Amino acid sequence: MGNLSKQQIEELAIHLENAELDAYEVTKITDDFPQMSYEDAFDIQWEIRRRKEARGHKIVGMKMGLTSWAKMAQMGVEHPCYGFLADYFSVPDGGDIKHAELIHPKIEAELAFVLKEELKGPGVHIGDVLRATDFVVPAVEVIDSRYKDFKFDLKSVIADNSSSTRFITGGRMAPPSELDLKTLGVVMEINGEVVQTGAGAAVLGHPAASVAMLANMLGERGESLAAGSFIMIGAITAAMPVNPGDNFTVHYQDLGSISGRFV
Amino acid sequence: MEQNQIIALGDELYQAMRKGETVTPLTTRFPDISVEDAYHISLRLLERRLEAGERVIGKKIGLTSKAVQRMLGVDQPDFGFLTDKMAFSQGQEMPISEQLIQPKAEGEIAFILKKDLMGPGLTAADVLAATDCLLPCFEVVDSRIENWQIQIQDTVADNASCGLFILGDSAVDPRKVDLRTCGMVVEKNGEVISTGAGAAALGSPVNCVAWLANTLGTFGIPLKAGEVILSGSLVPLEPVRAGDFMSVSIGRLGSASVRFS
Repeated sequence: MGNLSKQQIEELAIHLENAELDAYEVTKITDDFPQMSYEDAFDIQWEIRRRKEARGHKIVGMKMGLTSWAKMAQMGVEHPCYGFLADYFSVPDGGDIKHAELIHPKIEAELAFVLKEELKGPGVHIGDVLRATDFVVPAVEVIDSRYKDFKFDLKSVIADNSSSTRFITGGRMAPPSELDLKTLGVVMEINGEVVQTGAGAAVLGHPAASVAMLANMLGERGESLAAGSFIMIGAITAAMPVNPGDNFTVHYQDLGSISGRFV
Repeated sequence: MEQNQIIALGDELYQAMRKGETVTPLTTRFPDISVEDAYHISLRLLERRLEAGERVIGKKIGLTSKAVQRMLGVDQPDFGFLTDKMAFSQGQEMPISEQLIQPKAEGEIAFILKKDLMGPGLTAADVLAATDCLLPCFEVVDSRIENWQIQIQDTVADNASCGLFILGDSAVDPRKVDLRTCGMVVEKNGEVISTGAGAAALGSPVNCVAWLANTLGTFGIPLKAGEVILSGSLVPLEPVRAGDFMSVSIGRLGSASVRFS
């Protein structure tokens, strides 16, 4: 149930989108609107999305956030969340990411699923996801909460498009039938040093569980994941802060690698 | 350190291991003890075990993660010896309450060699060429030092804090696996508690075995064909007690599980 007015939703969407576009920090919005509900939070996110589309941007994918039990505990939240990916978030493999356009970016090693069939919740499970998946491909997400010091609660982060800002995809794609997604290993290097390792099961026990949860969460709003959708599943490793001049490479078992630089 | 002191400390650790008791850290009692002294103490401890009828079936490397090395203020791993009494197979319960003091489990990759490796001067390529197969494995480490209050010299003297180990059944050719990126998932009592990948141990488990062969080579000790080499943990150590059940799955390598009693 929504507790905020349509006008408040629009104002908060403008407030958060401006913080993203001009790269400045704000305090978490539940401080000023403690009565905000989850539905309000998603309404703010969808309003930001509508504003971008109205300016001619295309939505090129979806992402899941806070998908590891450890991260949920670290952030003090109880559920994962989702966000959208706009066209200008995409950075080519090996490309440069302009640090000055962001506030306090961190990188996370992820995987992306690309669908060949629609998924519509409720009731979507891992088997449905695997059947509907065309291929899996490596992805690195750059997250950048607009909230000061990454301090937020679940409602505030949902309204802030789940901290989405940039992503890179590349490496080798493979159909899910060729992969053991739970044990698929990832190795993150920053400036040539191994800083994080992990495996697919870090994401809700199985990477496909994250896509199923997204389909079911979208189903609650009457939305679905269309054939062709690009979906990032959430972090397999802890998020690592990055500075201008840093370069990174993430290696994936059986799926090659992705790299990029912060300039 | 005097030879008789080395023998006395090796004997003391052997008794602690047999009786399931801890001792005061050697480093608090002998602040000047060197890492080399500690290795000689560990060799005395091994000598006592062999006199009691145990047989060396392999070696282990420890302290392979950057995090643990920083914690102990060291910049290199350590090593210990595996005997037949420490080995368990799939389906067997591991009697930690009877045999260990303060056990912690870690998921690892075990190498089985088909050729001797005698350092120094060996590379990762030599290790791969000498490896017959790889197996998933749990090593259950234990410390005879009270409350795990170890510095590098304490753990080196104490056989690299080795306890017991259990191998999985799936043996995989090293040609089939990218050891650097292979992922590890560890579950305890049905819950995923940690994940990692090969690079967590010195950049690759192969580097660990090369380090071990080169370091043991300086003591004149080879890694022998047929031996089991435990290559170091890829995930944080997990305290365990009787009744716990754990499993480890490794990408392209298979899985191993263990029930503790």
